Amino acid sequence: MHHVILERWSQRSSALHARDARAKIIALLGFLIALSTTPSAAQFRIAAYGAVAILAILIGRVPLFGLLLRAGVVLPFSLTFAIISWFMGDHMRAVALVEKTYLSAAAVLTVAGTTPLPALLKGFESLGAPRVLISVIQFLYRYLFVISEQAQHMRIAAACRAGLRKISRRNRFQAAAGALGVLFARSYHRADGIYRAMLARGYNGHIPVAAPARFGAMDAAFAVLALAAFAALRIAPY
Amino acid sequence: MHIPDNFLSPPVWATLDVVSAAGFGVIARHAGRHMEDSRIPLLGVMGAFVFAAQMINFPVGLGTSGHLVGGALMAYALGPSFAAVTMTAILAVQAFVFQDGGVLALGANVFNMAIAGVLAAWLPYQLWGRGRMRKMAVFGGAFLSVMVSATLALTELLISGQRMPSSMLLLSIGLFAVSSLIEGLITVAVLQAIEGLNPSWVNRPERSPRGMLLALAGFAVLLAAAGFMLASTSPDGIEHLVGPTRPKFQAPLADYQLPFWSSNWGRRAVAGIIGLVLIFGLCALSGKLLSRRREAKCTT
Amino acid sequence: MEFLVHVHNLSYQYDDGTKALDGVNFYLFPGETVALFGANGSGKTTFVSHLNGLLHGNGRVDVCGMRVGKDTLAAVRSKVGMVFQDSDEQLFMPTVLEDVAFGPLNLGMSRVDAIVKATWALTEVGMEHALDKAPYHLSAGEKKRVALAGVLAMSPEILVLDEPTTYLDPPGRRNLVELLQRLPQAKLIVTHDVQFALALASRAVFFENGKAIGDGPVEQIVRRFEWNVSYAMLPSGRG
Repeated sequence: MHHVILERWSQRSSALHARDARAKIIALLGFLIALSTTPSAAQFRIAAYGAVAILAILIGRVPLFGLLLRAGVVLPFSLTFAIISWFMGDHMRAVALVEKTYLSAAAVLTVAGTTPLPALLKGFESLGAPRVLISVIQFLYRYLFVISEQAQHMRIAAACRAGLRKISRRNRFQAAAGALGVLFARSYHRADGIYRAMLARGYNGHIPVAAPARFGAMDAAFAVLALAAFAALRIAPY
Repeated sequence: MHIPDNFLSPPVWATLDVVSAAGFGVIARHAGRHMEDSRIPLLGVMGAFVFAAQMINFPVGLGTSGHLVGGALMAYALGPSFAAVTMTAILAVQAFVFQDGGVLALGANVFNMAIAGVLAAWLPYQLWGRGRMRKMAVFGGAFLSVMVSATLALTELLISGQRMPSSMLLLSIGLFAVSSLIEGLITVAVLQAIEGLNPSWVNRPERSPRGMLLALAGFAVLLAAAGFMLASTSPDGIEHLVGPTRPKFQAPLADYQLPFWSSNWGRRAVAGIIGLVLIFGLCALSGKLLSRRREAKCTT
Repeated sequence: MEFLVHVHNLSYQYDDGTKALDGVNFYLFPGETVALFGANGSGKTTFVSHLNGLLHGNGRVDVCGMRVGKDTLAAVRSKVGMVFQDSDEQLFMPTVLEDVAFGPLNLGMSRVDAIVKATWALTEVGMEHALDKAPYHLSAGEKKRVALAGVLAMSPEILVLDEPTTYLDPPGRRNLVELLQRLPQAKLIVTHDVQFALALASRAVFFENGKAIGDGPVEQIVRRFEWNVSYAMLPSGRG
């Protein structure tokens, strides 16, 4: 599954993995903003951003082909709208749309593939993201697969009982609704159980906040270098 | 419905990022009043539930199945502010882990689905969720939440310079309507199932005069906002978009240029705003009258 | 001798009026391991939930010389370490280390001390290699051990384990028995696994309909209430 692959990638080591999450986030935002503000006609610039992205992927020792493949998840969406734009006469926009959306997805994947999610979340929190949101996301991610697995089991169990006789659409609909009701109930109970487990270990109302990792000179250098590079690519006349 | 990066022009995504950040701040503060940290595990788990729920197939005919989006369901189970927080968390995970929706576009997606979508679901429920109209209110709310989210997304695309033949636009709106219908049906069914297991898990709309007034006002503002955005891509403008032989209509916010006052569009937009402010005023006034009547009843 | 736990006439009622506990009396001595038997719904889990203040019933519960009440919750919860039946509910932090450090941090330890304590606890249970792992990827047995570490990291005097062998395979159960035998704390084990109880406990209490109706040596209780699952007694399907 996709997230499992991402997790595996993020556990490796490379020059990029070693960078503080905050530096990578800042670099990512710089890249995305530079790319987004680049006019459609500036094909050379867009190609330059592409080169930067590939460079980052290589430095990050992330499987190049695998990443480029996964970035393709945006293509159905962008190709559809590109085709529409093309036939409306916006040829440049159509081409640039496909290029830029793809590069953006690749950039996000590169950061997600070199930064374990807990570290990424802490990075965002240090940069000012609301603590409540970050905490909710942490719990969401923690239980995402547990509950998804439960849903899977319910689907399979229902399929096993489908039998040979054709069940009416209405019955299957109601069965699915009932299954979600049960899944909701189990999720709610689970949340109660988690809360009790937290209380039992002394929880007093504040989830302990991890101390921010040290932002070293290398990280600062990386962020500054990246931003400078993206700015140069964006502004430089050609 | 999740907008990837580079579909929206910089003014659009930047504005929506700011709006959503501010909006989330307001919502989190409102939720914070009712939320000790004990709620955080619940919201996280509920977010995971919605993720998982989106995988379940609901057969809707013609060999296709629909899926739950979940904004309305969350609004009815957790209340609007908690639902907004949960949906925002979901969108963030979808953007960063699954590349479903862009990073710079996160503000837009949060605005469309976590804020406007949840609000659009909550308001009818707040107004008619008690009593005989309850099922209709749930259906209508879920319908509206998807309809509003999708329409806002489409409008943002159009403002950013995406051109579309009017036939395609109509087709899109039609598809949105179908998805909204499905969401309505699924939400009603699932909410019923949940209530059957434990009624206390479903939020009861408050019967407070102030709540009613706020709901009506919010409804009107939402209509005004959607209306304004649609007015900027009004039918006249759409006709201009069709065919390369017509004079090129400058999509309002593409490539930074804002020929605001000098264009037809600018004047039309102002007219639209005035009209909608009038509608808002009317709604607010009637809301006030309604609440006064209710207060009179409540003093017994 | 000082009791570690003293429960006097504990009763607890659910909102709908059903009596979950009815006048339960109980003692726990230092270093003892006691098994709690009883049918599902007989009140065992409800009972132990009173020992760390998750539930508040009528009657008196004293833990380590403190009366369990609203103002002693923090102290009581540092003395009573509870391992829940569902490890997935217990391991709620993103990584193993953070989860085990959760308790020490709540006790007021500094970040550095908490990590040291957590690492120590994980070493005690043999899971020090899994520091940075996400709990999702662990096996049931590993999760149970990490949950136990999370509790040990708070240096409790009493360990309460609620149906600890539920998802464990035989090697997992064996591992857990060996681990628990090494730990010096007094232990209260809610379990259906009679063999597990026999290996660890000296005493057993039998619950029925919210009452503690038997209290004595494990073998005696098992025999008295016919609590052992022996399929040999049933007519064999073979032949």
